[in-house]
Parts: sequence; C-alpha cells; structure tokens
Amino acid sequence: MIRIDSVTKRYPDGTVAVDRLSLEVPDRAITVLVGPSGCGKTTTLRMINRMVEPTEGGILLDGTDIRQQPVNTLRRSMGYVIQNAGLFQHRTILDNIATVPRLLGTPKKQARARAAELMERVGLDAALARRYPYQLSGGQQQRVGVARALAADPPVLLMDEPFSAVDPVVRKGLQDELLRIQDELGKTIVFVTHDIDEAIKLGTMVAVLRTGGRLAQFAPPAELLSAPADAFVEDFLGADRGIRRLSFFPSAELELETEPIVAADADAETIAARSAAPYLLVTDADGRPLGWSEPDRLTAGAVDTGQLLDHGRPFVPGTDSLRTALDGAVLSPTGRAVAVDGEGRAVGVVSQQVIGDAIRAAHSRAAGAADAAGAADAEAVR
Amino acid sequence: MNGFFDLPSDLQYSYLGLVALHLREGLLPVLAGLVLALPVAQLCVRFRWVYPPVLGVTTVLYSIPSLAFFVVLIDYVGQSETTVMIPLAIYSLVVLVPAIVDGVRSVPPETLAAAQAMGFGPVRRYLQVQLPIAVPAIIAGLRVATVSSLSLVSVGMLIGNQGALGNMLYAATTYHRPALAVNSVLTTAVLGILADAALVLVRRLLTPWMPTKGAAR
Repeated sequence: MIRIDSVTKRYPDGTVAVDRLSLEVPDRAITVLVGPSGCGKTTTLRMINRMVEPTEGGILLDGTDIRQQPVNTLRRSMGYVIQNAGLFQHRTILDNIATVPRLLGTPKKQARARAAELMERVGLDAALARRYPYQLSGGQQQRVGVARALAADPPVLLMDEPFSAVDPVVRKGLQDELLRIQDELGKTIVFVTHDIDEAIKLGTMVAVLRTGGRLAQFAPPAELLSAPADAFVEDFLGADRGIRRLSFFPSAELELETEPIVAADADAETIAARSAAPYLLVTDADGRPLGWSEPDRLTAGAVDTGQLLDHGRPFVPGTDSLRTALDGAVLSPTGRAVAVDGEGRAVGVVSQQVIGDAIRAAHSRAAGAADAAGAADAEAVR
Repeated sequence: MNGFFDLPSDLQYSYLGLVALHLREGLLPVLAGLVLALPVAQLCVRFRWVYPPVLGVTTVLYSIPSLAFFVVLIDYVGQSETTVMIPLAIYSLVVLVPAIVDGVRSVPPETLAAAQAMGFGPVRRYLQVQLPIAVPAIIAGLRVATVSSLSLVSVGMLIGNQGALGNMLYAATTYHRPALAVNSVLTTAVLGILADAALVLVRRLLTPWMPTKGAAR
C-alpha cells in the first residue's frame, strides 16, 4: 500500500502545489486523483516516484519510506505512463517496451520476447514491433506507453493524464482496455486526470483535489455521486450527477413485460390478444426488435416496418445499468425501453414508470448500505 | 608535363596526394571541434546562463582572421599543418555548439520525463536518449562546418605550402598556369559536395526513425 502522509509541496516562490495531503492508496485497485488545473494532482503523482520531492511529510510504500531506497531502483519498480506517451522516437516499438527490463539487466533477447508478449496484451498488432513511434497513431502510441510501463511487471503503475490527448472514441477504447488489463493483472494504479467522467469510470477510489492542493473528498465513485462532501465537489461533478449515479445501479431486477412483443408476421388474432397495451414492440423473425407501433395500426401478417416508431437503444438486463435502461426509455417516443439478450433478441420491455420505481428502490437500498457502512466505519474508528 | 593534373614539383605532392592532405587538414579540425563542442554544448544545456557567453565567445573567435591566428600560432607550433588546423577547429565551434544545443533541447519534455521516470540516470539519459535524438541537428551542423572547413584550408598556403589544394593557387601565379587555379577551385568544390553527400548518407543510416518527407502519421 502507498501511504501519502501529510505531504506538502511548496515552491521557492511561495506557491503551494500540495497542501498537507494524506491519502491511503489501496493495493490492486485504481485510485484516481482528479481536480481542476493547479490542484496539484500531477505533483502528487510525481512525488510517489520522487520526480518531485515533498517539502514536508513523507510517502510510505508498504510501510517503508520511499526515500530508503536508491531513487532509480524505486522508479524502475513503478510503471509510468504519461500524456502523449513520451516514447523514445529513436527506438523501435519493441525496444521502447523493453526499456525498463533492459535497464534492470535482462538480456536483450529475453527483454524483447517479453515486449512482444506485452504488445499482445495491450492489443497491438505484432507487425508493429519493428516500426518507429512516428509510424503509429496517437492511440497506438499510448498503448505502447502502457505496455512499456508494464514491461518489468512493476507492482505499481503511475498514470499521468495518459488518455487526455486522444480523441473520445480512442479514449473510450483505451479506458476499456485498461480496465480489462487491470482485471487480469491487479496492479496498484494511481491515475491522474482532469476528467471527472474518466475518474468515475476507472476509479475504485476517487480523490477530488481542489486548487491549492487540498483534498476535497476521497471516496468510491458511487459515494462521490450520491454524497458529495461540499459545494466544490458537487459543482465539479457537474449538473447530471443524479443521472450518472444510475450507472452504479444494476438493471437485473427490473420487471420486464413480455406481453407487448409481437413478431412482424403475427396474425390478427395474436395482435388482438395483446391490444390492451398502448404500444406493441414488433420483432423480426429472429426476435430482434424492429420498432414500436400502436396495436390498431398493425396489419396482420405483413407489418410495414417503415411505419414503426424508433425503439431507442436496447439494454441488456444484468449487464447494463439502470442508466442505460433509462436512456433507452427516454430515447423512444413511446417512453419504453427494450431489453435484449446477449444476441440482441428482445426479451421484454419496461416503461419509464417501472424504471423510476427501480431507481427509488435502488436509492433507498444504497442509503441503507451507506448507513451500515457508516456504522462499521464508526466501529473501526472505535 | 602540362596535363591538367600534373603539378609543379615544388608542391611536393601529386594531385591525389594533395587531395588526401586537403581532406586531412579540413576534416580533422571538424572532428576536433565536435569533440570539444559536445561537452561545451552539454554545459550550455545544463546551465542555461552559460549559453549566451559561449555563443559570444565562439562568434568573436570566428571573426578573428585566420592570418592573425597563424601569426600567433607559428611561435608555438611552427609553419605546420597544425597551425592551419587549430583555427579551423575553433571556427567550427560557432556552428557546432548551437547545433548540438538546439538538437539536445529539441528532445520533447515528455520523452525526458518518461526517461527520468523509468530510472535513467543523467549520464545514461544523455547518451541513450538526448544525444541520439539530437543526431539530425548535429549532422546538419556538421555539414555546414565541414564544407566551410574544406574551403578554408586553402589559406594555409599563406604560411608556406600548408594550404593543400590552396598551394596550387600560389603555384598558378608563380608558373603562369591559370589551369592550376581552376583545378584547385573545382577540386575543393567537389570535395565539399562529396563530404556533404557522405554526411547526408550517415544521417540516413543513423536515423531510420526519422519521418520521411510526405509520409503521414
């Protein structure tokens, strides 16, 4: 565990970058430092590998002061990923990744074999091994950066706004990849970003820092959204934190209606039997949703698919969150969301009212859990 | 006897002998200049305040006529090749020091941060990261320094047959053979072009990692 113990960084001109910051970074989890520019998040990160030395306070790694070991030994035991990747432009992709193992004295051949293994792990084509950085896209370069940081298999990974210079689509891909890699490797990751959405998506724990380098709140993302510590955190989270919080509520318990689903080639009898519902969801022969229609506008046997109302984006119960379900319901003019299975076949529909009930239920459950946790914390504090 | 490449015997060299001498007198000073410029440039990068005075000194040295250098140096090293080469080496600094400083400074800050974070010490970082990335800028400087040095060797004739191909200029007036002067000028130019081409080739071989013109990311 990394323990940041009342650390202050004051520059000779009097600027205070970090002000008496204390944090306990949990092992094998992603801890995100987030905040506006000038909040000292990068400075804090750089103090962990001693690229910046604190003015006061200290940092403990597994109980030992990080100043106890030679600085380069410390740095080689921590992977470091940086904005724009910071690759060595004069070395091939493979040699870039092999950098730290080579520094640690691993024979060239072995280091390169390890590098090739890592290229696969981060989703890079083996054909890129002999290329130079300028020949890669920004997203690919960033993957190389991650692979390079992982090459010596360090227990700790420091990431300084690694994905902020790439476009949103590539960024989402890189974030998903990081979560997947983290599932496999379980590193202790400290991740700096100014993007609160990124913090909430990636963080196991999120530390919100305010300008002047003081800690505003340190909490799991769901708690941050439900109980921001003060007006600054609330403001930083943005206007739609209620909606975003729904990402942490599962959709598995939504009660699905199967009644209002009809196949495109359904006969008049079937349609009539289901006409109690205000809208029917029409599916194709495989059961995939096509769109909504009022029952009396449906022609038996041959539905005109061009006349159907949009069904919005379907959600997968159990996999997607209540946020996705609500989004689907809001997008559809019928106010109903479509639930599908893994293959995209409609398994039910759910109205905004039902989703609303589920949200309220989830809220009260979360409040109960928070109370219990609070009691446990109080117990722990004794 | 009057062939274009037949030289008067008091030049003491055959045509090819003079070419070899010219290359030695022109290239060795650049090499010496490079060896001297590397640490000086590193000092300028490390301590920013050193750079402006160093630039000032190299520029002033460059403005001193070679003849003035010769007069002083003859007392110490005589009318020798060394007397010619010392000023040439000093002149090369005015090009090489800024070239190396700019090259080393052109290394992106995130590359340096990454090197530091991966546990590169200062020496390793200089040799394995900064210097290799500065190679294109250093070679650009070497090209200017080399061509200029090769053309300046000729003034060595002023101190008595130490100007290699330049000695042919003197012989041309003594023996009323203008062809010798034409030969001297043309040969010097060809050597300059060949040396420049060789450096371009070296640059290509050393930097396979440079984006080629027109290639998109």
